[in-house]
Amino acid sequence: MVNPELWFEGVWWSGYALPTATIVMYILAIVIPVLISVAYLTYAERKVIGWMQLRKGPNVVGPFGLLQPFADGLKLFLKETIIPSGANAALFVCAPMLTFILSLIAWAVIPFDEGWVLADINVGILYLFAISSLGVYGIIIAGWASNSKYAFLGALRSAAQMVSYEVSMGFVIVSVLIIVGSLNLSAVVEAQRGLWFVVPMFPMFVIFFVSILAETNRAPFDLPEAEAELVSGYNVEYSAMTFALFFLGEYANMILMSAMATTLFLGGWLPPVDIAPFNLIPGVIWFGLKTALILFGFLWVRATFPRYRYDQLMRLGWKVFLPFSLFWVVATAGVLVAFDWLPD
Amino acid sequence: MEELLREYFAILVFIGLAVGLALIMVFASMIVARQKPDSEKLSAYECGFEAFDDARSRFDVRFYLVTLLFIIFDLEVAFLFPWAVTLGDIGLFGFWSMVVFLGILTIGFIYEWRKGALEWE
Repeated sequence: MVNPELWFEGVWWSGYALPTATIVMYILAIVIPVLISVAYLTYAERKVIGWMQLRKGPNVVGPFGLLQPFADGLKLFLKETIIPSGANAALFVCAPMLTFILSLIAWAVIPFDEGWVLADINVGILYLFAISSLGVYGIIIAGWASNSKYAFLGALRSAAQMVSYEVSMGFVIVSVLIIVGSLNLSAVVEAQRGLWFVVPMFPMFVIFFVSILAETNRAPFDLPEAEAELVSGYNVEYSAMTFALFFLGEYANMILMSAMATTLFLGGWLPPVDIAPFNLIPGVIWFGLKTALILFGFLWVRATFPRYRYDQLMRLGWKVFLPFSLFWVVATAGVLVAFDWLPD
Repeated sequence: MEELLREYFAILVFIGLAVGLALIMVFASMIVARQKPDSEKLSAYECGFEAFDDARSRFDVRFYLVTLLFIIFDLEVAFLFPWAVTLGDIGLFGFWSMVVFLGILTIGFIYEWRKGALEWE
């Protein structure tokens, strides 16, 4: 038998070669499904909104239009990459890459099933929070480097909106942490074995859902893109693959945020009830179903609600969500301390 | 490799792979697709007329104010993380210390609100 461990015997990096190859395989097993999900999320979005508006949605390319996302991707790949003459070229190209990279690497800590996690670090939530905070850089760099008024205004609006809702998202996460007593995402899911956090923490779940709509610049909070006034916001100057990377990054972020909501509130990979027909289905399928349910919420909201005004958006974030979520953190801690229900 | 290091090494490899993927996607497209720039294409977008000014100009100070407020509250969240995780160990004393801290912050928040820093008309 050939033993792969012996292939590089005696070389200084021999101890790293095999683990690294394994890690690369795991990463590909995450990245490829994520990118395919992004492709089909764009398809689902057009199809679902089409049905809600009594249209058919894409139905020409392939059976039921199923190949539409790949046709779109190929088209974008073959377009000319335009770098405006007034733009800061290096930053201009870096910004979409940054958005895309950040939306991928956050997946490293998401537990898809019991033990199915690439990096089971004990500060998983902090890592996710940090990576999603960095997302604002991609947008602000794009807006500034484009040197175009629409892009700049869109980027400013987007940045202000993202940081505003990040605060209440932080409080929501903290209130979950108090109950769990750990920053490890697998531990968060395990803590929900008896009862999903969506039940006792329902108001926090609502705030989290609305905040992730704002974080990902989705309707009804899509002011940064506001087609009618800003023509598409920070990505107005982008074309071809630089545009596609923004697009992929945004949709991957939507899926990521839904996965985060699933992990924090909907019990991650756990079945709804722990009895025979349900707990036989693999956890990863439950995880996927719950994430898809939240993603459907994204699309449903987009088809239903008109766009918010900017002052309303800021008022909701700072004057409603922030005080309420702060109150809820203290109340959760107070109840747990008073009844001595804290985890040790 | 050590257990702890292995987890973070995976993240490092992931970052490397993601950077590589992004670079390949952008530059492969630049090589494959026909590039034929001209001055009209490369000028900044404006609706129906030529751009007469660049975007390096002044903007509303309220955006700056929002980010300042954000720093305060995001730092507060950063303080809350370790407190929330260890609340079981630090007990009542830890709980009341944080309530005092949050109380002071709330006073600041009310001041901000009354001053109109959160208005956005």
